[in-house]
Amino acid sequence: MIWLAWRQFRVQALAALAALIVLAVVLAMTGPGLAHLYASSGLGYCPQPGDCGTATATFLTAVRSDGTYPALYFLGGAVMYLLPATIGAFWGAPLVAGELEAGTFRLAWTQSVTRTRWIAVKLAVAGAAAMIAAGLASLMITWWAIPIDRAGGFPAGVTQLGLLSPPVFAARGIAPLGYAALAFVLGVAIGVIIKRTLPAMAITLALFAAVLFVMPAFIRPALVSPVRATSPVTVNLADDQMSSNGQIIIPVTNLPGAWIISNQTITPSGKLFELPAVPACQTGTQQQCDAWFATQHLRRKITYQPASRFWTLQVLETGILLAVAAALAGACTWRIRRYRP
Amino acid sequence: MAAVIDVRRLGKRYGNRWALTDCSLSIPAGRMAGLVGPNGAGKTTLLNLITGMLAPSAGTISVAGEAPAAGAAQLARVGFVVQDAPVHAGMSVADHLCIRAHLNPAWDMGMAKDRIGRLGLDPKQKAGRLSGGQRAQLALTMALAKRPPLLVLDEPAAALDPLARRQFMADLAQAAAERRLSVLLSSHLIEDLERACDYLIVLAGGRVQVAGEVPELLAAHRPAGLEEMVLGYLARSAARSREEVAR
Repeated sequence: MIWLAWRQFRVQALAALAALIVLAVVLAMTGPGLAHLYASSGLGYCPQPGDCGTATATFLTAVRSDGTYPALYFLGGAVMYLLPATIGAFWGAPLVAGELEAGTFRLAWTQSVTRTRWIAVKLAVAGAAAMIAAGLASLMITWWAIPIDRAGGFPAGVTQLGLLSPPVFAARGIAPLGYAALAFVLGVAIGVIIKRTLPAMAITLALFAAVLFVMPAFIRPALVSPVRATSPVTVNLADDQMSSNGQIIIPVTNLPGAWIISNQTITPSGKLFELPAVPACQTGTQQQCDAWFATQHLRRKITYQPASRFWTLQVLETGILLAVAAALAGACTWRIRRYRP
Repeated sequence: MAAVIDVRRLGKRYGNRWALTDCSLSIPAGRMAGLVGPNGAGKTTLLNLITGMLAPSAGTISVAGEAPAAGAAQLARVGFVVQDAPVHAGMSVADHLCIRAHLNPAWDMGMAKDRIGRLGLDPKQKAGRLSGGQRAQLALTMALAKRPPLLVLDEPAAALDPLARRQFMADLAQAAAERRLSVLLSSHLIEDLERACDYLIVLAGGRVQVAGEVPELLAAHRPAGLEEMVLGYLARSAARSREEVAR
């Protein structure tokens, strides 16, 4: 049965292997240059991250102005999202739906192999390949991006895309294994329900996109209770963002690598601050307005996940994804056992 | 002789409709049994129940001593040639044999290759490009090389032209005789079964109209031939169902 699973899967497996080799070559050609840039900027010798402000700025400016590094950085991130999506649509969805559509399941189910073993081996062989592919890709991209991630992440406005920032988190470490496993089994499950390959592929992509939205928006912030902190702040209109309804967001700069989940500016009584109609800010200069702000004793109330929780969150998120994938795999097996053509 | 297929009060319901009702059969081992009936009589449903592709809604089935698809050992004792003989379109004939060799412990690769050669099939040919007749022959070869004591075939000759049908049936009868197989074979053409079968089951309207050894059936219905006898059962079944509808 393992031989059959491999025989039916080898074209997809070889395609993935070829793509991984291309990725490895591109990253191997550019990674040492990026590491050299990091070392030559002096960042490698900083005793503490805080001491290296100038070196970090030099390094990140050099990276940003380079012709290839920004493109590769974002391409690498995109690969870590496209890979599980592709696995779900092209490995998962056709795995059973293709056989149901072509009638070849009748061939398989009348051999000396039970249906349970048939679906279990198919799930195990392609599922393991999916996790290996995602693991290798993540290993390569996490390695390539080490200099940028260590410097706090790629610059994005006044903040940086740190390891915990939502788009980066799912593209590093072990989380891609969980996403690949879930996308794959999701594809299989949709295929078992829909019984047609093409619609199953489309629905798998749509549902996986929903997973990619739900995880960072609702699940990940709650995996570990976020830290809450309230501190006095000085408003500086040159850097701070003001929304149309007069609320102010003062960026957090003293928590390198932290994932800021919420950020509110509040009044001394604890209410959400909204800019009233004061002459200093309506007609005065920016300095006059900042001076008025200084008299208001505003505070910043934030909830965040500190950078030190990266691996805790990675393990928890991967665990949840794998558990859901295992449950779906169980449901697929149950459905196949009771399937009546 | 012990029954290779023993079916007791079998029923299969799809939603509100009963495709099979109260079917009881006991087919002795070593017979070449023909299952005949008009389209929609429930032939495919009965064969799918016997091979474990479907689960019954009522009654019990015992095939080669166990419930159908009870486990790998039971599956190994039944060779099933399904309707339309599906194939993995992108794989070669040789791949098909190789897959089956890995899935069946008793697989006889020498016999499979020998048959493929005798039938003039190119092992390297993609199965998706085979004609209907070639697919049927490949399916029969794969079922035989599994070396099961019982072979079940669902309209295996439906895709063949009259000459190829005759050859296919002769080939099947010869293979069954050589290997002392029990065979259960469905068709909606009595002439397919007339030459080869020594046991006959007439199915109509989801019920077994008659089942028994062909010589005994013929003796009981003298002087009618097999075809006339079957048509007589089918006509009576149709008349009964018209009466039921009228009521």
